[in-house]
Amino acid sequence: MIRSARRRTLQLAVGGTAVLLTLSACSSSSSSDTPAGASDSPSASPSTKLSGTVTVFAAASLQESFTTLGKEFEAAYPGTKVEFNFGGSDVLAASITSGAPADVFAAASPKTMKIVTDAKDATGTPVTFVRNQLEIAALPGNPKKISSLKDLTKSGLKVALCAKTVPCGAAAQNALTAAGLKLTPVSYEQDVKSALTKVELKEVDASIVYKTDVKAAAGKVAGVEFAESSKVINDYPIVALKNAPNATAAQAFIGLVESAEGQKVLTTAGFLKP
Amino acid sequence: MKPVTAEVVESRPRSRARGRGRGRGRAPLPLLLPALLGLAFLLVPLVALLVRAPWRSLPQQLTSTEVWQALRLSLVCATAATAVSLVLGVPLAWLLARTSFPGRRMVRALVTLPLVLPPVVGGVALLLALGRNGVVGRWLDSAFGITLPFTTAGVVVAEAFVAMPFLVISVEGTLRAADARYEEAAATLGASRFTAFRRVTLPLIAPGVAAGAVLAWARALGEFGATITFAGNFPGRTQTMPLSVYLALQSDPAAAIALSLVLLAVSIAVLAGLRDRWMAAP
Amino acid sequence: MTATTPTTPTTGLDAHLVVDRGGFNLDLCLAAAPGDVVALLGPNGAGKTTALRALAGLTPLSAGHLCLDGAELDGTPPEARPVGVVFQDYLLFPHLTALDNVAFGPRCHGMPKAAARAHAADWLNRMGLADHAGAKPRRLSGGQAQRVALARALATHPRLLLLDEPLAALDARTRLDVRAELRRHLAAFEAVAVLVTHDPLDAMVLADRLVVVEGGRVVQEGTPADIARHPRTDYIASLVGLNLYQGRADGHAVRLDAGPHITTTEDLTGPVFVAFPPSAVTLHRDRPDSSARNAWQGEITGLESHGDQIRVDLTGELPLTADLTTAAVAELGLHTGASVWATVKAAQTHAYPA
Repeated sequence: MIRSARRRTLQLAVGGTAVLLTLSACSSSSSSDTPAGASDSPSASPSTKLSGTVTVFAAASLQESFTTLGKEFEAAYPGTKVEFNFGGSDVLAASITSGAPADVFAAASPKTMKIVTDAKDATGTPVTFVRNQLEIAALPGNPKKISSLKDLTKSGLKVALCAKTVPCGAAAQNALTAAGLKLTPVSYEQDVKSALTKVELKEVDASIVYKTDVKAAAGKVAGVEFAESSKVINDYPIVALKNAPNATAAQAFIGLVESAEGQKVLTTAGFLKP
Repeated sequence: MKPVTAEVVESRPRSRARGRGRGRGRAPLPLLLPALLGLAFLLVPLVALLVRAPWRSLPQQLTSTEVWQALRLSLVCATAATAVSLVLGVPLAWLLARTSFPGRRMVRALVTLPLVLPPVVGGVALLLALGRNGVVGRWLDSAFGITLPFTTAGVVVAEAFVAMPFLVISVEGTLRAADARYEEAAATLGASRFTAFRRVTLPLIAPGVAAGAVLAWARALGEFGATITFAGNFPGRTQTMPLSVYLALQSDPAAAIALSLVLLAVSIAVLAGLRDRWMAAP
Repeated sequence: MTATTPTTPTTGLDAHLVVDRGGFNLDLCLAAAPGDVVALLGPNGAGKTTALRALAGLTPLSAGHLCLDGAELDGTPPEARPVGVVFQDYLLFPHLTALDNVAFGPRCHGMPKAAARAHAADWLNRMGLADHAGAKPRRLSGGQAQRVALARALATHPRLLLLDEPLAALDARTRLDVRAELRRHLAAFEAVAVLVTHDPLDAMVLADRLVVVEGGRVVQEGTPADIARHPRTDYIASLVGLNLYQGRADGHAVRLDAGPHITTTEDLTGPVFVAFPPSAVTLHRDRPDSSARNAWQGEITGLESHGDQIRVDLTGELPLTADLTTAAVAELGLHTGASVWATVKAAQTHAYPA
C-alpha cells in the first residue's frame, strides 16, 4: 500500500524533471548544431548519438576524480552535459529510492548500493570500479605525532569520524573493532568531506578518511597510513539507474569510468584498482 | 471642534459593524484560489508526515533514549540560545531604534545578514571566528582554555547566531512603534536612561520582545546547518533533533519520521501556547 | 522683559530660551518668582511647547541661559533637573497602577519602595483619588488621569512645574471641574509653575501672569485682566474677542493707520491702540443720522452664530466684527454681500498708548 503510493509520487517527480531535461536538451542541441556522435572519442566508440544531461550521484570521496571524468565525457560527446551530486552515499541512496532523478549512482560501499538495488531502482548488477583504503588525516606536519590507529585514542586528542551510517564511518568503525580499540570522537560528521574539512580548519587534530581525500587535500592535511586499513578496504560499486532520464548516456558514462582512461584518472587520485 | 468629535464617536461603531461583516462577503476568486493553494502547499507536507508516520512502531521508536536525549538537548539549547539573544539582542535593538550614530543603517543591515546567509555559511564563519584556530577562538583557547566547537555551548552559539536577528528585528520594530515620549516622561521624573529603559520601555515593549523571543526560539529549535558545521554531531552533546532527523533519514526513515513528529508536536504545543498569550492577531 | 540683568535672582526662574531648529527660531525671556503661575499663551506653532521642552531639558538650548533658584540648569539632563512635567496627554505609564505611576518619581530619587508608595498614596489622597490607587491608567477617566499626572509631577517636589495644555485632552464638561481644581492646586504650589495653552480662558483662570508668544517671540506680557483689556496684537484681540486698531491719537480723535478716524473718550497723544467689543457695534441698512460720530460703511463678508448671538464680519473702511441678536439680523434682512453702516459709541471704545 505504502510502496505503491511512493511509486506514484516518484513517477510524478521524475516525469516533471524529464520535461525540464528534454527542454534543456533541445536548447543545447540547437545551440551546437554539429552532430553530437563525435568520432574522435578516445576510449568508447559510441554507436548512438549522445546528447542531453547525464546526472551522476556519486560518493563524496569521488568528487575530484569524477569531476575530471565529467569534463572528459563532455569533451568526448559534444552536446552532453554531466551534472554531479556528490554527498554521503547513504544520503544519495535515500534520495534515489525516494525518487530523485538520476542516471548513474556510484557508491562508496556495497552496503549503501544495496539500498538502491533492494528498492529495484537499478538496472543490471552493480560493478565494482575502484576500491579505497582508509587513512588518518592529521594536521599538517603531524604535530601530535600520530603514527597508528591506537594513537588516536590518546586523551586530549580531538578526532572527527564519519557518521556510522556513511561508508567511511562504517569502515572506520570496523577498523577500530578489528584493532580492539574504543575511540570517542568529538563529532560524527555527516560525510567524509566534512570530516576532512574539520582537520583542514584545525578544529580537530585528526580524522579517519580515505586515502583519496588526503591526496586531494594535499598540503592542508598530513596522511598517516595505518596497518588495520588493509582489512577494511571499501569496494566502490557503480550502476545505471532504472528511472534514468538519459539511459544511453548513463551507460556511456559508466563505460568511461571502467575504461583504461577512467581508471588512470581514478588511480592517480589514490584509488586502488578493483 | 465639536462636530468633528461627534463624528469620530459616531464613526466608531459603524466601522466595527463593518468589521463584523467581514466573514459574510465572498472572497474574490483571484485571491481565494492562490490563498487555498498556498494553504495546501504549507499543510500537505505536514499531513504527509502524519499519514506516513509508522504509528505501530511509534511507541517503540519514541521510548529510545536517543530520541529523548536529542529532544532534551534541542529544548535546552534553543532556550539557552533565546536567552543569549534576549540579553544581547534587546539592547542591540534599543541601540538601533533609539540612538543615531554614523553607519547605523549599515549596522542594521549587517545585523540582518544572518537572516539571508545560508546557515552552513554561518557555521563556517563561526568556525573561522570562534573555532580553535579562529580569530577570537584562538585567544579564547589560549587565555581561558575555552573551545566552543563540538560542545553544547557551541550549539547554543550557532543557534543564537542564526536566531538573534529575528529577535533584534522584532524588538526594533516594536521600539520604533512605541511612544518614545514615555521615556521622556520618565526622564522628567528623575529616571536615568537605563532606569527608563528597564522600568518603562521594557514593560511597554514586552509583547514585542516576547514575540521576538518566540520567533528566535522556533528558529533555534529547527536550526541545522550552522549547528552541524560549527558544533559537529555527537549524540547527547551536540546532536539536536534536526541533526538526528537528518542522520536517521539515511539509515532508518521510520525513525526519522518519528523524530520529526516529536519535533512537530513540541513546536506546535509551544507556539500555540505562546501565540494565544502574546501574538494574538488583533 | 529685560531679565538678562547681571543680578540673577536667587529664587525662582530666570530664563532666556533660544532654540534654533531648522527654520524655526525660538527666542524668549521668562522670569517668575516662587508661587507664580505663568501661562505661555499662543497659537499653534508659536513655540510654546518647544519652550516647555527646553525648560524640562528635553530640547537643548542653542543659546541663552536657564537659572532656577540661582542654579544654572542648561546642560543638566532632564532627570537631574528639579522639574516636574504634566504632559498634554499625561503619558501615564500604562503598565503601572495610579499609585506606582506617582511613586515612580520618588523611587527614581532614591526613596525606598515602601516609603515611595506611602508618599504616592498620600498624594493621591490629596487629589481625592485614594479609591483609584490600584487602577491602571486606561481605567481612569480623563479628569482622574489628569489628577494622577499632576500628583506624579508634584510627588518629586519640583521647583518648577510645567504643564503642557493641561486641559486640552478633556471634554468640555470635565474641563470645567478640572480647571477649578487645577487652579486650587496651582494656587497652593509654592514654587514656579509654567503652563502652556492656546486657550485664553484656561490661561486667564489658571495663571497670575500671561506671556503671549507668537512666532517664537514674546509679543505681550501682563496680568490676565491687563491683557484682556489692552490687547496689542490681532491674535490677542481675537482671543479676548475685541476689535483692535492701531493709530495716532490727537486728543479724543484717533486717526487709524487703516484710514478712518475713531472718536474716543480718552484724551491721548501719539501712537495708540483702540479697542471695542463686537457687542458695542450697531448695524444699520441706511446711513444713520444719529449723533454717533463713529459711523463707517461696509459690506458683510460672513454671518456666524456665536452663542445666542450672530457674529457679523464686515469689510470696508474699517474691517470689524459685530455681535447682533438673531432678531436684529432678521429685522435688517442681513446677508452676505449686503451693504450696511456700522456705528460705535465713543463711550464704548477704549484707547491706550501703544
